[in-house]
Formats: sequence, C-alpha cells, structure tokens
Amino acid sequence: MARVIPEPALNAVLALALVAIPVWASLSGEVFTVTLATRVAIYALAGVGLNLALGFGGLVSFGHAAFFGLGGYAVGILAHHAQTYAPLAEWPFTIPGTQAMPVTWAVAMAASGIAALGIGALSLRTSGVYFIMITLAFAQMIYYFAISWPAYGGEDGLSIYVRGSFPGLNTLDPLQFFLIAWVLLMLALILSALVRRSRFGLALSAVRQNETRAEAVGIRPFRIRLVAFVISGMITGLAGALFADLARFVSPSMLAWSMSGEIMVFVIIGGVGRLFGPVAGAAIFVVFEHVFGGLTEHWQFLLGLTLLLIVLFARGGVIGLLAGRERHD
Amino acid sequence: MTLALFAEQLLNGIQFGVMLFLMAAGLTLVFGVMGLINLAHGSLFMVGAFACASVAAATGSFWIGLAASLAAAAAAGALVEIVVIRRLYDRDHLDQVLATFALILMFSEGVRWLFGSFPLYLDVPPLLAGPIRLPGGLDYPLYRFAIIVAGLGVAAGLSLLISRTRLGIRIRAGEADREMIAALGVDISKLYTVVFALGAALAGFAGALVGALQSVQVGMGEPVLILAFVVIVIGGIGSIRGALVGSLIVGVADTLGRSMLPVAFGLLMDPASATAVGAALASMLIYVVMAVVLVLRPKGLFPAHG
Amino acid sequence: MTEPVLAVERLARSFGALKATDDVSLDLRAGEIHALIGPNGAGKSTLIKLVSGALAPDAGRVRFLGRDVSGLDVVERSRMGLGRTFQVSSLIPEFSALANVLLAIQARSGSSFRFFRPAMSERDRVERARGFLAEVGLSERAGVMTAELSHGERRLLEVAVALALEPKALLLDEPMAGMGPEGSRQLTRFLDGLRVRAPILLVEHDMDAVFALADRVSVLVYGRVIATGTVEEIRRDPEVREAYLGEHGP
Repeated sequence: MARVIPEPALNAVLALALVAIPVWASLSGEVFTVTLATRVAIYALAGVGLNLALGFGGLVSFGHAAFFGLGGYAVGILAHHAQTYAPLAEWPFTIPGTQAMPVTWAVAMAASGIAALGIGALSLRTSGVYFIMITLAFAQMIYYFAISWPAYGGEDGLSIYVRGSFPGLNTLDPLQFFLIAWVLLMLALILSALVRRSRFGLALSAVRQNETRAEAVGIRPFRIRLVAFVISGMITGLAGALFADLARFVSPSMLAWSMSGEIMVFVIIGGVGRLFGPVAGAAIFVVFEHVFGGLTEHWQFLLGLTLLLIVLFARGGVIGLLAGRERHD
Repeated sequence: MTLALFAEQLLNGIQFGVMLFLMAAGLTLVFGVMGLINLAHGSLFMVGAFACASVAAATGSFWIGLAASLAAAAAAGALVEIVVIRRLYDRDHLDQVLATFALILMFSEGVRWLFGSFPLYLDVPPLLAGPIRLPGGLDYPLYRFAIIVAGLGVAAGLSLLISRTRLGIRIRAGEADREMIAALGVDISKLYTVVFALGAALAGFAGALVGALQSVQVGMGEPVLILAFVVIVIGGIGSIRGALVGSLIVGVADTLGRSMLPVAFGLLMDPASATAVGAALASMLIYVVMAVVLVLRPKGLFPAHG
Repeated sequence: MTEPVLAVERLARSFGALKATDDVSLDLRAGEIHALIGPNGAGKSTLIKLVSGALAPDAGRVRFLGRDVSGLDVVERSRMGLGRTFQVSSLIPEFSALANVLLAIQARSGSSFRFFRPAMSERDRVERARGFLAEVGLSERAGVMTAELSHGERRLLEVAVALALEPKALLLDEPMAGMGPEGSRQLTRFLDGLRVRAPILLVEHDMDAVFALADRVSVLVYGRVIATGTVEEIRRDPEVREAYLGEHGP
C-alpha cells in the first residue's frame, strides 16, 4: 500500500514548487524555464476553471476552448485597437483600445462569462452525451466564426506587439509576468476552495451526485449548474487572456476542439475534482511536451498513451495516486 | 444566382449530407447499442481515406483502394474495440470521452509517422469521372452523384439489416435492454465487436469517398466527427432515421448557406463586407439550427427511446 | 369541514396501453395518517410520483394547501412544503448524514447562492440538522458517510431529511422497507407522534404498521381505488378481501 500523503501538504508543495523553480531559474539566468513555468500557471488556471464545472459539478464540457479563446481574443482585439490607434467604437462614445491588464482581464472575463451564460443556458437543458456534444459544437461555432471574420486576422490570428501593462510592474520581465500569473492562479484556487465548502458548493455537489434528491429538497439543478458553468467559463477566460499576453499572439487555435481536449487532459492527469489537480496536470503536461517533444515530433502519441493508461488504470490521476481517495467532511 | 447554380448547390448539399450520414449512422449505432460515445470515430474516417489513397496509388485502382479502406477501417475498429473500447462500456461518459480522445492522439500521430505530414492525393476513378446529364439539362459531376446513390443505398441496406436480419434483431434488442439479451444467451462481446466494426467500416467508406474530393491528411476526420455530433443531436441519438434526416438537414443547410448567404448580403452591402459577413454567418448556421432544434426538442427530432 | 391538506381529484396516468392510475381520488386531512395499500403493480409508486410532481398526469388535479398544484414541478411543490421519502433510499452518497440533512435545511430556509462562508460552519443550521438526526435516533451517526450507513439507518435518514423541510404534508413511500422487526416498531412509534406535525400519506406493505398507525386506508388495485375507510371497514370489505386474499366472499 503506497504511503498516502495528506492532500493539503501535497497542495502546499505544488504551490511552492511552482513559484520556487522559476525564481531559482531566473536567478540562474534560465529565462526559458520561467516561460515554461508561466505556461504551467496559465494552463493550470484554465484547468481550475474547467475543474469547477467538470470535476466538482460533473458537467462534462468539451467546449471550454471557447472561453479560453474568447478571453484571449478580448486581449488581442483590445491590443489591436490600441496598437493601430483605431477606436473600437465611435458611438455612443469613443471606446479606445487598451492594453492595461486589469482592464483587459475584466473584459476577457466578461466576454467569457456572457458566452458561458448563453452556451450554458442552452446546453444545460440537456444532459449526458447530448451535453458533451453540444458544448463541443458551440465551441466549434465560435472557432469557425473566428476563422472567417477577417477584421481580426481570421485564420492567421492577431499579433500583440508589446505585452500589456500592469501598474507598478514591468510585464516584459519574464519573472514578473510569471508572478502575475501565479498570484492569479493562487487566487483562483482559493476561490475554488471557498466555493466548494460554501452553501453553493454543497448544493452543486449534491446536484452532481443525486439530482432527484436535490430536487426533492427544493433545489433547482439548472440554476445551480448554470452559475457554476459561468464561473468556470470566466476563470478559463482569464487564463486565455494571460495566454494571449504570454504568447503575444492570438489565433483561432485557442478556440479549437483540441484545445478543449488539452484543458481536459490537464485536469484528468492531475486528478479530476481535486483542488490542485489542474496544477499537477498542467505541470506534467508541459514537462512532458518539453521532454518528449524534444525527443520526437510524435510525442503526442506518448501523451495519448499516457492519458489512456491513466483513464483505464489510474482514474484518480497523479494526486489520486499520491494522496489517495478524496477525504470528505 | 441562377436556377442551375442553385440546383448544383442543392445536390452538393445532399452529397455532403449523405457523407455525414455514413459517419453519423456508425456513431449513433454504437451509442444506441453500447451506450458509448466514441470520439475516435473521426480517426477511422481518416484510416479509411489513407488506406484508399495509399492502396489506390500502389495498385493504380480506386476500387481496390475502396475495398482496402473498408477492410482497414473495419479491422482497425475491431482491434480498437477488443483492446480498448470494451473496457469502457461500464465507465461513465467522461472516461469514454477521454479514452477515445487519447485514441485520436495515438491514431493521428501513428498515421503521421507512417505517412508523413504531407497530404496524399486520391484521384476520382476514370469510370466515374466527368459529368452526368440530369433531367432539366444540368450537368453534375458523376462522382458526386455516385456518392449520393451509394450513400442512399447504404441507408437502405442498414435499414434492411436492422429490420430483417438476425443481427438487426440483436441490435434492436441490445438497444432496448442490454442485460436481457446477455441473459438470453446472445454473445454480447461478439455483437459489440461486430457493431463497432460495422460503424468503423461506414466511417472508413465515407473517408475513402471524400478522399477523392479533398486531400487526404491527418486530422481530416475531426471536423466531420463534430458535424456528425450535430447531426445526431438534431436527429436524435440511437435513431438511424434521425441520422439520415439530420444529416440531410445539416448538409443542405451548410452548403446552401455557404453559397447563398454571401450573395444575399451582397444585396445589402458592398461585396467585401458581404463576403465576410456571409461567410462568417454561414459557418455558424448549422450550430444555430442545432440550438433551435434543442430548444424545441431537447432529445432531437426522432429520439430512439421515447 | 375544512379543506383537506392534500387532495387528489380524478387523477389518471397511462403508459401506453397500461392504465397505471385510473380515475383516482383521495384526500389527506390535517393530523391524520392515510395509508395507501395494494398488491404489487397496483400503481402506488406512480401515484406518489404524480402527487410529488415527478410525473405529469394525463387528467385530473392535485390540490395542496388549498391550491391547484397540478402545474408545479417537484422543486416548487417541495418548497411549498410537500416532503417525500423514496421507496429506494435516494440520498447523497458522498455526504455525511449531517450534510444530507443540512442540505435540506439550506434549501428550505435560505438561498444556495452563497459562495464564501463554509456551509458546515453555520452553527445554527448545523445544530438544527443535529436536532433532526436526534429525532430519528441517528445522533451517533451524524458524521458517517451515507455509503457506510446500514440500510435501516438510511431509511431513518430519509425521514430526517424530509422533516428538515418543515413539511406541511409528508409522502412516505414504504419507509419500513427492509427494516427488521425492532426497527419497524421504533419507526412506527415515531411516525405515530409525527402526524400532528404534518399529515402523512403512507404507502406501506407492512400491515402491522398500517393497522397500528392508519386513521384511514385506501386500497389501490390495478390503478383504481377500490375502497377507502377506517382500518376496520377495510378489513371487512369483501372486494378488498378478494383482491388480497383471493376470497370469493359471501
């Protein structure tokens, strides 16, 4: 029987390792590691969003790339207008573009939140396989729209010449940008932990486990799920916004179904439903990509094989292996 | 837009729809009988296309390639079912989605490893090259017409299979009550393998047919797979009739939308904007249709189970 | 006479050719326990679903607290105060017994849209939840996960959850099912004292419980109510005897 590590301790180790490694790398001059760590933090944030709906809410959404991409495009479009000095709109008043991060984050979260509200309102009328297919289909709709709408690059995407600004920080410094991402990730994790223990979390968990019982005590599953879906979409949208500023590029590939699949992979490899699952999963994914991608261009075959083995034989993911089954109150 | 052009687009839409039906039928059959959602269905489409293209190139005959595509897809399907899929029947849908997504990654990279990243080309067989003159004087590509005929033939064949043969009875019984037919002594594992391989063969067939119309490349299956999902949502899971109706609706709406929406907007705005707006809306059209159907009929037009 | 708390008027529901509920009328008065008995397949579960709102009727009405609730769903009727237990225990498996009851209290007396305070640290609610558990005798098992409770304990938990809704009427679907004799006796005593808090429509097979508790009994056979009356009247009714015992009476 493997030694079981208490989950809170494991989570603390993950959080600290994620910040310690890039700090050490930055002091050693290894910029590339810092960038890798930033990608881990951003992917983890996307996964935290999905995990709320999927792991905790039981909503198998295969369309979260829609929120990731919309968050990214919010940043990209605002940057585009700022870069070209062309206002977004002239009426009712002139709305200029902007690259101020707090503003672009707010817009990204609003955009993804509204999309989640619309998609959720329609998709949550269904369940099971229908729900999976429909969330996938709606994400595809947005993907194809982004490809064919020429104003913002279409298939070629949009470049962001200079990274967005954050008051008081030099965002071009890789470590400082990493810390922004890490802090946002930690905030999202704290929010996630609070939500799980709250009345809302109790209701959401109940609805996931036994919808009939929840209705019998007077809880309306649709509303609970919709709110969870919107919060989930907003968090993933924020991750997309950060990703756009990291890569300084947005393209329809952020909206592709494969991106939805990848976000799911982060969550599952780490441990679906576990608080720090996305952190562990994103770290493993990025390391995997870096290590095996360096060895062969067919590294995704190994990723697929690993994912398959985990689904078949290690359902609880990495955190499940190390910390055992989830302990409940 | 002339009548001839409209008729041609309409036929293209039907041809597209028929091809979607081949995909959707396999998907809906597997879900109806085994309760399994299979994302790797698009990979089987790709396997069929690659098998046809490579064998046709090697032998010089499209027809041998077509036979190879059926065999290869069915074999791949059977292999995958025995090694992976049968472990998933008792799992929840999330596990099925993830495992079959993993299979997509493995199939795609496997094919890329075998054939490289550049697309293969498949030629229309000489027998079916050239136009066919339809009543009314319209010349339409014979190959596309043949696809329509072949697809409708498959639809009829499937319908007969399900309603008249022993296999069909077992399929229908399995859709209704899985545990019961096991208790009645039907060899469930063999039945499931056969159903899965049948679905795979249909997908491979579609891939081979389409291979001559567009290039054969890794990842060609997934867009079609997702459209097949839309078809099934519209038509109703588990219903072959729903798959046919849904695929024709999607095929015609998508094709006509793409050709006509830019023209329609051209009446209202300048050509450049019209193309942009029209194309963008056309790409969203079938999803809008899907959303409307969902609002009115959450379980699709012909839900198989009440 | 004051209006009954719960009334079913000419309720009908078919599944294809099968008339599961056929022109059923009955009512539940304040302070009473009205038992619903009948052979297997008589349509008792269907009737409970129609009353609770899980199924829509083909014809007829359901009236609760003086209102026609036929158009309301399960959630709305539950919020009005219609509590229900399930024939096969339907609880939240990964929750403790305490959390199951807390869920009902939360749903009943406040909004579920609170995101920051931990639910389990809301002292007054947790105390009330413990109170309901104590009533059914599950105090010692408050922290145990549903999956680890015994069958009998789960039946009691179902009752506790229904009570936590502060119901105006209770639908109990075979609460004694699978309980041993001692457990059944205790639950019977408990239900006896419960009737003053909320009238109970009790579906049961356990005849000892029915005869001990029921103020009135309705007998359901093939979807129709063939008799309604006191326990004595039902025992003597020839149609009932025939339905249950196959007797052809004098």
